[in-house]
Amino acid sequence: MVQTVATAELPVGESLNIQKNRIVPLGHISNAAKRICIVTGTHGDELEGQYVAWRLADELLKNIEDLRGIVDIYPALNPLGINSIHRGMPLTDLDLNRIFPGKEDGMISEYLASETLKDIAGASVCIDIHASNIFLRELPQIRINETLGDTLVPLAKHLNMPLIWIHASATVLESTLAHSLNSIGTPTLVVEMGVGMRITIEHGEQLLSGILALMSHLGIWAKKMPPTMPPIISDDWHVAFINSDVSGIFISETSHMANVSEGQELGFIADPLSGRVLKRIKSPVSGLLFTLREYPVVYEGSLLARILHGTN
Amino acid sequence: MRRETLFAVNTIYREHDNIDGMYFGAGERALAIVGALRGNEVQQLYICGQLVKILSVYEEHGLLNDEILVIPSINSFSMNVGKRFWAVDNSDINRMFPGYDKGETTQRVAARLFECIRGYKYGIQFTSFYMPGNFAPHARILDTGYHDTDLADLFGLPYVMVSSPKPVDTGTLNYNWQVFGTKAFSVYSKETKNIHHDSAMQAIDATLNFMASVGVLKNKLGGILDGYTPVSAPLHFKEDELVNVMSSKGGIFIPKKFAGDKAAKWEVLAEVLDPYTGELKEEIVSPTVGQIFFSYNSNLISGHETSFRLIPQNQTL
Repeated sequence: MVQTVATAELPVGESLNIQKNRIVPLGHISNAAKRICIVTGTHGDELEGQYVAWRLADELLKNIEDLRGIVDIYPALNPLGINSIHRGMPLTDLDLNRIFPGKEDGMISEYLASETLKDIAGASVCIDIHASNIFLRELPQIRINETLGDTLVPLAKHLNMPLIWIHASATVLESTLAHSLNSIGTPTLVVEMGVGMRITIEHGEQLLSGILALMSHLGIWAKKMPPTMPPIISDDWHVAFINSDVSGIFISETSHMANVSEGQELGFIADPLSGRVLKRIKSPVSGLLFTLREYPVVYEGSLLARILHGTN
Repeated sequence: MRRETLFAVNTIYREHDNIDGMYFGAGERALAIVGALRGNEVQQLYICGQLVKILSVYEEHGLLNDEILVIPSINSFSMNVGKRFWAVDNSDINRMFPGYDKGETTQRVAARLFECIRGYKYGIQFTSFYMPGNFAPHARILDTGYHDTDLADLFGLPYVMVSSPKPVDTGTLNYNWQVFGTKAFSVYSKETKNIHHDSAMQAIDATLNFMASVGVLKNKLGGILDGYTPVSAPLHFKEDELVNVMSSKGGIFIPKKFAGDKAAKWEVLAEVLDPYTGELKEEIVSPTVGQIFFSYNSNLISGHETSFRLIPQNQTL
């Protein structure tokens, strides 16, 4: 059943609606029924979650007799952004994932954030699905603030993602949906995968099986799911960052998700005007290339790759 | 005046984005002034350019005590292509401080800029708000524990607002300047993407007032800027104490009152019209007696939008 979570009139003949699809078991729902929330579309240029939202609803509706709890799917927290290929909230350019928990009597984006947060609060678990931006391709991963590892890693292990990246806390991230929900006791896992403005079906299918496995673990899904792959669990000390120190065109010579060796050439920065190679990019460590530059135009500082290293 | 390229951002197919600083005077690093960090801050760029012209006169007359650095633009890279945020990845330099010299492009820009401007005794940033609208001219300080509200009185602007930093504010220049020991102030004038000459001159006059009061100027010259009387006792208030007046309907926005005006209780501040029929959809009324501190100025408005922010009567820190 499609429900409107929050609405605001736009200037000319339209309302902005945050909607969700609530899928419930057949028959009576007990008050003790667990609820899982699947949230995506916070950034209008991240579309990987669209596939997952559709596939999950499709799977549940085809097998509704196996559902034992409530599933709320929010496919588009930023509907205007998705409709206008805009990462932030159109008009103000605000990043919706930097204004949580929002304010009921605040401006439109704060109000929408506040209403959405209230609607999700109290769920047994929330999965906040992001893609990468248009610049980087990411290995499917769960990102967890180091302060929440003990609570969230056990849940994250069910999600069938190859990597759980436990990262250092940053004050600026306190304005995210995930932080806001976790801080009020609603466990929330952030998924990051693929690339902006695209859908990677294999990543979506992998996450779908993970969500169903987590639902099965929580007693929301009666079907027995096959075992999920054990993830690599890392932290900041095991991630090497490679940023460009010149501007030009990045030509990758390595496949994303490849295992690379220390000193191996990953690609180069070219100057098409002069025909020169400005810089050859070599791996500083041996490990798994889990982030790789997708958008070729780079500037001094642009992130080219991240390599997971030093793990078993 | 001594013009120096502080650092440059190299790009492909464009000239290097040179960040230039204008140095005046010599001696103690007294005051750093930062203009357009965003690509649409044309008013802030204009203020800096006019200020540079005026400070050159002060320097010629030997009226400067210590070193002053003015950086009119940090983001011509975005301004020249009509973008508010960094034209490649839409990131905001003013959320990247103190910066990271091994990080992404805007983190590096912030780090290099901060390296140039940290250590000055005073810091002034001419800045802007993300919503379309006008402010009553004021000085703004983030409540970091290091802030000095009374020092902000020396600008002689009508208002001094103290804001509690939200998590995203911890990456702003003002916040980090304070944390690293600079007495930092943000000065808001009326406009952002359009030049409003009078409020630009008021911002410059306020800056000169401040400089003269803290001894960076030996004295303030008459005849350069006329007609501005500094306010001797500006109204202090906290941002949380402002009364937000929201629209509930979307439509065409017709303001009746503007930033700087007084508002009576229940007075109509603006109308929202149905864009198809021209009929009145909503009257936005003042819920209290007060001074209009912010007024929305776009022709179109959504529901749940902050149309006005009022300083309620008798509101002070």
